[in-house]
Amino acid sequence: MATLEERALIAALFLFATTAAADAAERLGIGRPAAEAEIAAWNIDIDRDGRKLPPGSGSVAQGRSVFEAQCASCHGSHGEGGTGERLVGGQGTLATVKPIKTVGSFWPYAPTLFDYIRRAMPLNAPQSLSDADVYAVSAYILHLNGVVADGAVLDAGTLAAIRMPNRDGFVADPRPDVKP
Amino acid sequence: MSQDDPKRHPADRRRFLTQSAAAAAGLLAGSGTPGRGWAEEASPPDIPPWMKAPGADVGSQTYGQPSRFESGLIRNVPKVLKQYTSASSRTPLQDLDGILTPNGLFYERHHGGIPDIDPAQHRLLVHGLVETPLVLTQDDIRRFPSESRIHFLECSGNPGFEAIKAGRTASDLVGLVSCAEWTGVRLATVLREAGLKPDARWVVAEGADAAAMTRSIPIAKCLDDALLVYSQNGERLRPQQGYPLRVLLPGFEGNMSVKWLRRLNVTAEPAFSREETAKYTDLMPDGTARQFTFVMEAKSIITRPSGTQRIAPGFHEITGLAWTGRGKITSVQVSVDAGRTWQDAALQEPVLNRALTRFRLPWTWNGEPTTIASRAIDETGYVQPSFEGLVSIRGLNSFYHNNAVVPWRIAASGEVANGYA
Repeated sequence: MATLEERALIAALFLFATTAAADAAERLGIGRPAAEAEIAAWNIDIDRDGRKLPPGSGSVAQGRSVFEAQCASCHGSHGEGGTGERLVGGQGTLATVKPIKTVGSFWPYAPTLFDYIRRAMPLNAPQSLSDADVYAVSAYILHLNGVVADGAVLDAGTLAAIRMPNRDGFVADPRPDVKP
Repeated sequence: MSQDDPKRHPADRRRFLTQSAAAAAGLLAGSGTPGRGWAEEASPPDIPPWMKAPGADVGSQTYGQPSRFESGLIRNVPKVLKQYTSASSRTPLQDLDGILTPNGLFYERHHGGIPDIDPAQHRLLVHGLVETPLVLTQDDIRRFPSESRIHFLECSGNPGFEAIKAGRTASDLVGLVSCAEWTGVRLATVLREAGLKPDARWVVAEGADAAAMTRSIPIAKCLDDALLVYSQNGERLRPQQGYPLRVLLPGFEGNMSVKWLRRLNVTAEPAFSREETAKYTDLMPDGTARQFTFVMEAKSIITRPSGTQRIAPGFHEITGLAWTGRGKITSVQVSVDAGRTWQDAALQEPVLNRALTRFRLPWTWNGEPTTIASRAIDETGYVQPSFEGLVSIRGLNSFYHNNAVVPWRIAASGEVANGYA
């Protein structure tokens, strides 16, 4: 599979490298430079290694109360699902006829949990939780999945250090894979 | 469909032609007498009321709407979902002609609802591995050299694997595809304005919706045919399609064409966001999941005759749509005998790169039960697979990227139904 996509990528990068000098001259002078503080305020991306996780921390115990107030009405008190998705269980089911995809069974990287909760949850008020609450809710959901202990406190270091059960469960796209 | 003429004897056909000519002559002569024979029952008044009084004034609709007699032509919205904030609605493919989807009928897939964005307060931030991080207003974006192209956009789960048995209409089955003329600026132009650093490999796009929808795009695609789009079919994007600014990645799964675009973060690695790990990954029978499955493979569907329609014996034009994320459609084959034989359909020109392609095949139905189906072949030689072929490799749990042939079963009554049901 070393592949058309990869070759296209290499070709594109080569093209970029060879034309970069020309590009500099071709800039149109549109827009204004962004200030560092502006970028920091806008940028909420967390990578899979958690290097961009913010300061702060939250415990499973705190997470339990935040979850009950903010999340349980859709996801159930124990993450069993409702109008919102099931968040808990399903480990060992992915290769069965009824796979259950949850944070515990399917999500490969713990920092992604922080990223997603902070940017998109709760559904009716996204980006309303403090970073500490996001750490806490992440801790509670991971605890419900048996990934961290009841007494766990998560911060940038401890969340990034978690190895999720399905970390190695993802493979590259081999398509086209089906013959007529 | 119910107005189709029954199978007609040649002598009846001659009489039909004669009477048609007579009726036409009568109308032209303004005789005022009702037509005779077949025409008598089918004809409207010789001088209909809408000819006897002036119609509505010019400008009576400052944004024109379809005829009130077309009020049934609407998006196909699922009836009983748990919630409609993160959900989808489908294009009524079986009721449309040509290849361009009207803006009001373009399929929807939102992850946090439809934001109501004031363009004056909207900015695009380009940052990360760039020489000069930039803030761009909508006016700025429109100053860049522009480009218009016709491309399809398709949701990656169109339909899910199990859902293929449940859909009744063409829209139910593959209505999460639409096609439009898009106008905007090449993403490469904007990235070069900021100046890419040598280790730039991915661009993480973020929407200004309540999901802050996030997908990572390989730099090769960004520098190839990716667009930042502000107009669709000539007018500004509709809110449902990302007003005032969206990404458009021709041939890639729809959710990557991030709507309501507010941020492009140039990175060395993908974000591995929830939408490219927990979602939009394809679970295989062995429990692994394919990740970064971007391309929408070749697909086609007959839109007429199609599910829930009813046909009479006699002539029918079979027509439908084909598309591929890998370039152009080269042929569409149609079977009218349950897959025993296949014949080439005519393709409507122009056949465009990564756009819907309209196909047609004249057909006379003899009234016997049968199954009709189409399969698309693209310029890479890829042939649209059967559902059985797909499932033999991918099982039933991968959900996304189901591009199987859709068969329509035609009963002796003329009723058309999902061949998988």
